[in-house]
Amino acid sequence: MSKTKKKLRGAEIFIRALADEGVEHIFGYPGGAVLHIYDELYKQTDVEHILVRHEQGACHAADGYARSTGKPGVVLVTSGPGITNCITGIATAYMDSIPLVVFSGQVPTHLIGNDAFQEADAIGITRPCVKHNFLVKDVRDLAATIKRAFFVATSGRPGPVVVDIPKDITADSCEYAYPDKVEMRSYKPVVKGHPGQIKRAAELILSAHRPMIYTGGGVILGEASKELTEFTQMLGYPITNTLMGLGAYPATDKQFVGMLGMHGTYEANMGMHHCDVLIAIGARFDDRVTGDLEKFCPESKIIHIDVDPSSISKNVPVDVPIVGDVKSVLNDLVAAIKASKNKPNAGALKTWWKQIDEWKKIDCLRYEKTDKVIKPQFVIEKLYELTRGDAFVSSDVGQHQMWAAQYYKFDKPRRWINSGGLGTMGFGLPAAMGAKLAHRDATVVCVTGEASLVMCLQELSTCLQYDLPVVIVNLNNRYMGMVRQWQEFFYDSRYSHSYMDALPDFVKLAEAYGHIGMHIEKATDVESALKEALAIKDRVVLMDFITDQTENVYPMIASGKGHNEMHLAPQRELA
Amino acid sequence: MRHILSLLLENEAGALSRVAGLFSARAYNIESLTVAPTEDPTVSRLTLVTSGSDEIIEQITKQVNKLVDVIKVVDISESAHIERELMLIKLEARGAGREEVKRMVEIFRGRIIDVTEKTYTIEMTGDGEKLDAFIGALDSRIILEVVRSGVSGITRGDKAM
Ligand SMILES: Cc1ncc(C[n+]2csc(CCOP(=O)(O)OP(=O)(O)O)c2C)c(N)n1
Repeated sequence: MSKTKKKLRGAEIFIRALADEGVEHIFGYPGGAVLHIYDELYKQTDVEHILVRHEQGACHAADGYARSTGKPGVVLVTSGPGITNCITGIATAYMDSIPLVVFSGQVPTHLIGNDAFQEADAIGITRPCVKHNFLVKDVRDLAATIKRAFFVATSGRPGPVVVDIPKDITADSCEYAYPDKVEMRSYKPVVKGHPGQIKRAAELILSAHRPMIYTGGGVILGEASKELTEFTQMLGYPITNTLMGLGAYPATDKQFVGMLGMHGTYEANMGMHHCDVLIAIGARFDDRVTGDLEKFCPESKIIHIDVDPSSISKNVPVDVPIVGDVKSVLNDLVAAIKASKNKPNAGALKTWWKQIDEWKKIDCLRYEKTDKVIKPQFVIEKLYELTRGDAFVSSDVGQHQMWAAQYYKFDKPRRWINSGGLGTMGFGLPAAMGAKLAHRDATVVCVTGEASLVMCLQELSTCLQYDLPVVIVNLNNRYMGMVRQWQEFFYDSRYSHSYMDALPDFVKLAEAYGHIGMHIEKATDVESALKEALAIKDRVVLMDFITDQTENVYPMIASGKGHNEMHLAPQRELA
Repeated sequence: MRHILSLLLENEAGALSRVAGLFSARAYNIESLTVAPTEDPTVSRLTLVTSGSDEIIEQITKQVNKLVDVIKVVDISESAHIERELMLIKLEARGAGREEVKRMVEIFRGRIIDVTEKTYTIEMTGDGEKLDAFIGALDSRIILEVVRSGVSGITRGDKAM
C-alpha cells in the first residue's frame, strides 16, 4: 500500500465500512465509549441512525428489520449498561437465527480489566448467545473485522455477531481499505447437499403412502419459498409450517394443513402422528413442535434438510440427513424427483388426503361467534380480511401470538415476525418499528397483549421521531393470558400473579406519546374501528381491544403429550 | 463411553473459553482438557476427554465444529491412538522411606527431578491408568502435592490431523 494514502481515524473507518457494506440504517443509543463514532455519524449522510429509547429496543428493531428484509440488522451501543441492555435482544435473535451485527463500545484498551467506569466484559457476557463475537485490538484490524462480522452473521445458519470496539481504537488512525472477500479457514458453511443423499431422499419421498412436509424458519432464512412451493406442488403432498416457518408456503393453498405443534391444527398434528415419510426442511424439532419425543411420528421415516449439521439428529434420529443450503438442496431434490423412474403413489395419496380431510372436518379453530364480548380470534380474523393478508404482522408472546399465528393466513415469507425461540415479551413493538422502517409503504401491525406491550413501550417515542406509523392491536384481556391459561389447566385456576391490575389508560397513553389511541369494547365495533385505524397512514394508532378474559388457545398439546393427544376447545370436544 | 477429542483452533484470546463455555452451557462433561500452540503459532491444539452416549458424543462433535474459531475436530478414540499424561508429584522421603520411594519411581519409570532432605519431586508420564496405579502404590500419607496435565493424544500411523 502506498504511504501517501490518507489515514482515517477508527471512527471514520467504522462509518466508511458500514457504508461499503451497504448498511443504510443503524439502530443505536450513544454513550461515552462510542462518542467518537457518534461524532462521525453527525458528519455524514450515508448511514441513517435511528435513536431508540432503550438498547433492547434497538436489537428488536434491528431484528424486525432483518426478518422483514433478509438483510442484516445493525445496532450500535455504548459499553457497560449499553451492551448489557442488549442481551435479551441478542438472545432473541440467536434463538431464531436472525442475522444481527451489534457494535458495542468498550472502555479504552489500557483500562480493560480494571473495573473502569462503564466497563462490562461484553465478549464474555454475550458469548453464549451469539454466533460469534470479536474484540478489536488494533485499528488496522477494524475494517476486516467488520467485514468478517457481516459475513459470519449472514452466511450458513445466520445469527447475531457482536463486535466490541475499545474507545482508543476509534481515535487511532490507519489507512482504510474494505476487503471485498472473506477467507476464514475455521468457518466454511456447506452449501451443496450430498448428491447420494439427495437421491436416497428422492426415492424415499416417492415411496411414501402418507407423506408429510414439515418446514421451519430455515426456509424463510434461506429464501427458499419459491423452491419449497414448487417441490410441494409437484408432489401434491400435505405441508405444515412451524410457528417460525409461517409464510414460507402460502397458507391459503389447499395443500397447507396449518401450523403444527403445541397450538397447531388438529389435521397438522394428526398428520404428523400418522405419516409414514416425514420431510423436515429448515426446521429443528423444537420441543414445542414435537411434543413428547417418545410419541413423535411413530410410524415414520424421516428426511431432514438443514444447513446446520448440529440440528440434525439432535432431538430425533433421522433416516436421511442432508446438510446444505435449503434452497440449493430443494433445487437438487426437485431435479432428482423429476429424473426418477418413480412417481408419487396417486392411489395412496388419495386415501391419505381423504383421511386428512376427515380431520379437517373437526374444524379445530372454530370459536364461539358472539356479539356480547370481543373474541380475540375475531379481531385477528377481521384484521386478516381488512389487510387482505398482506400486512407485516409482528407479535409479542402469549395467547395473542398464537391467535395471530392461527388466524392470520400468511401467503408470503417475512410477513410474520415473532420471537418463537426465546419467546421474548417486549419484542413486538420495536420489531414492528424496524419492519416499518424497511417497508414504509406497507401496513405494519403489532399484535400484542397488555402485559407484553409495556415491556418495550418506550419505543413509541422512536416511532414518532422517525415517523414510523405502525398499528398496534392490543388484545387486552387484563391477564397475562397464556400464564392464566396454564394456571387454569394445570394449577386448578389459582391465578397467581397473572392478573394485570393498575393498567394504564391506553388511549391517553398513546396520546401522551403523540399518537392516536382507540378504545374498543363492543364486538360490533371491531370491524369499523379496524377500518378506521388501517386507513390512517401517517400516525401510529394504538387500538386497545377489551377482549374476553376467559378465552383460551386451542387446540393444545400439554407438555409430555404426543401429537395425537390434543385438547380441543370444549365445544369441539363435545361435538 | 469415554472419548478423546482433538481440536485445532485459532490461537486467539477467548477461543478456549468458547470451547469450555459450550460444554458448560450444554451440560456436557469435561474430564480433562489440555491446550497449547502448535508449530504454527496461530493454531492451538486442544485435547479434551469427555464421556457420553454415542448420540451425545455426536452432538458434542457437531457443536464444537460449529464454533467459528474451531478449525478441525477429530474423535481420536475412534481409531488406534496414543494418550499420554504428565504428572509431577512431590513426596515425603525420609529415612527408610527414602529408598522405598526411589524403588517405586524406578519400577514406574519416573524420574526424580528435585531433591531436598525431606522430599523428592518426581516426573512421570504415561496413560492415566499408569499414573493412577503409581499413586495407588504409594502410602497416601507421604503424598504432599500432585499436578497432572490432563491427557494429550495423537493417532497412530501415517496420517496426521
Ligand atoms: C420477558 C418475558 N417474561 C415472561 C414471560 C412468560 N410469559 C409468557 S406469555 C406471558 C403472558 C403474556 O401476557 P400478554 O402480553 O398480556 O398476552 P396474552 O397471553 O394475554 O395474550 C408471560 C408472562 C415471557 N415470555 N417473556
